[in-house]
Amino acid sequence: MQLNGVRIRAGARMIAPALTTLIISLVLVGCGGKAPAKWNATDISGVMEPLTFNLTDDHDKSVTGKDYRGKVVMLYFGYTFCPDVCPQTLTRLATSLKALGKQAEKVQVLFVSVDPNRDTPQVLREYVKYFSPQMLGLTGTQSELKDVTKRYRVAYSYGKGYPDKKTFYVVNHSASIYIFDPKGNARLLVDQQETSEQITADLKQMIAQSWPGQ
Amino acid sequence: MLELVYHHLSRGAACLLPYEFSPTVLVVCLLSGWLYYRGLRRLGRRPGWDALLFGVGLVSIYVVLQTQVDYYGRFSFFIHRVQHLVLHHIGPFLIAVSAPAPVLAAGLPKAIRSHVVDPLVRSPLIRTPFRVIQQPFVAGFLFVAIIYFWLEPSIHFYAMLSIPLYNTMNWGMAIDGLLFWWMIFNLRQPGEPDVRHYGVRMLVLFLVMFPQIVLGAFIALSTTDLYSIYNLCGRVLPLSVLQEQVLGGLVTWIPAAMMSVLGALVLLVRWMRVMPTSASEDINSFQDRWPAANLPRDSLKIS
Repeated sequence: MQLNGVRIRAGARMIAPALTTLIISLVLVGCGGKAPAKWNATDISGVMEPLTFNLTDDHDKSVTGKDYRGKVVMLYFGYTFCPDVCPQTLTRLATSLKALGKQAEKVQVLFVSVDPNRDTPQVLREYVKYFSPQMLGLTGTQSELKDVTKRYRVAYSYGKGYPDKKTFYVVNHSASIYIFDPKGNARLLVDQQETSEQITADLKQMIAQSWPGQ
Repeated sequence: MLELVYHHLSRGAACLLPYEFSPTVLVVCLLSGWLYYRGLRRLGRRPGWDALLFGVGLVSIYVVLQTQVDYYGRFSFFIHRVQHLVLHHIGPFLIAVSAPAPVLAAGLPKAIRSHVVDPLVRSPLIRTPFRVIQQPFVAGFLFVAIIYFWLEPSIHFYAMLSIPLYNTMNWGMAIDGLLFWWMIFNLRQPGEPDVRHYGVRMLVLFLVMFPQIVLGAFIALSTTDLYSIYNLCGRVLPLSVLQEQVLGGLVTWIPAAMMSVLGALVLLVRWMRVMPTSASEDINSFQDRWPAANLPRDSLKIS
């Protein structure tokens, strides 16, 4: 019994400081440092892989995710024949780019077409130019597209008529926009409910964080 | 003609390929199957019903994790619920009900058994937590809690985005399922009478049914989109978000609760099999027990 008591007390002596340290460090992490950022979009820091892909851009040049380090990247998947969601989304993004003014140079919008059957680089170029000169269209082979969509947990599939270019077929695709910081880390997920003002606010905050003191 | 057959065959084969290959799942499934087969041979037993149940349970877990079912499970809430029904209820149920422990143990190479497995099983570091999580009410609580945890909308959102979190979720479901159904069908504390053993387990099966029904009904009947992630990431089935949610809720609600009923039926049949022996004991002790039952009255008279 005596021995047990000693053992328990010895155990408590070990555990108590450990617990105290844990609690103090938790409090410090919680209160210290910068105030946590408030985003309109969903914070996905640490949840997904850094920006990585092998695709072809709308100048028919091979590009990788690393090529866009140093810029805040907005990644969106769609197709140019898209009747509703894609034009709406790209319009919203174009509006917020305009609202950013000069800071828009620090942002790169990447529109990845998951319909390479119809969306050649030339078609893509014409399409994205219509929304904003700041946007870049990307596409790739099916295996390249499968690789990047799998990495960012999005799906796409083709409706009736595929792959006949003469008939109109629908492509089901994701609606999310991923925002990466200049280091290529996935940071935010923008959904369809967000207005262009909210996107602008998030982008401003991201730019302020990435280039402090400017 | 031959080309058409080849086309269909290759498409069928593509369905059986994993969406995201996991060596761990493959190795665990192959190893369990191999141990079971080896165990059967070493015990000189011919594969019967229990081997069939074990095999179907194992294959069902492999299929929902490592075929295109997983692809649909990631992008369709309905298929995701079916996947978890198999991972948490059906696969582990079939494995546990087949009582594979003696066969698997016989399948283990002797050296591994005596040097690795036996010391591990005997060590208090494993034994104590195992005994705690195999307490019927603890296991029942965990069984329900894990379903609620991963279906909490914001947790679900991140689980479908983060690959490590997604894998943790699926492994957790399978392991918790095995622990729960193992407790239902295989564990009996030493010295525990049949009545308590079967009764408590049936009570737990009965109790876990209600929170699952409540959750399933809540999801199925809710008119707002609870799990926005599926809409964001692109849908793969020709169903609307709310249709998926209704179907997913129904899967969480009805078949999940049915597995409790099925489990209780299995327990009931097993209990009935044990009963005749205890009934015959009752007949033998009939003479002795009767006066004992009358004892209080007699003692009252005396006082």
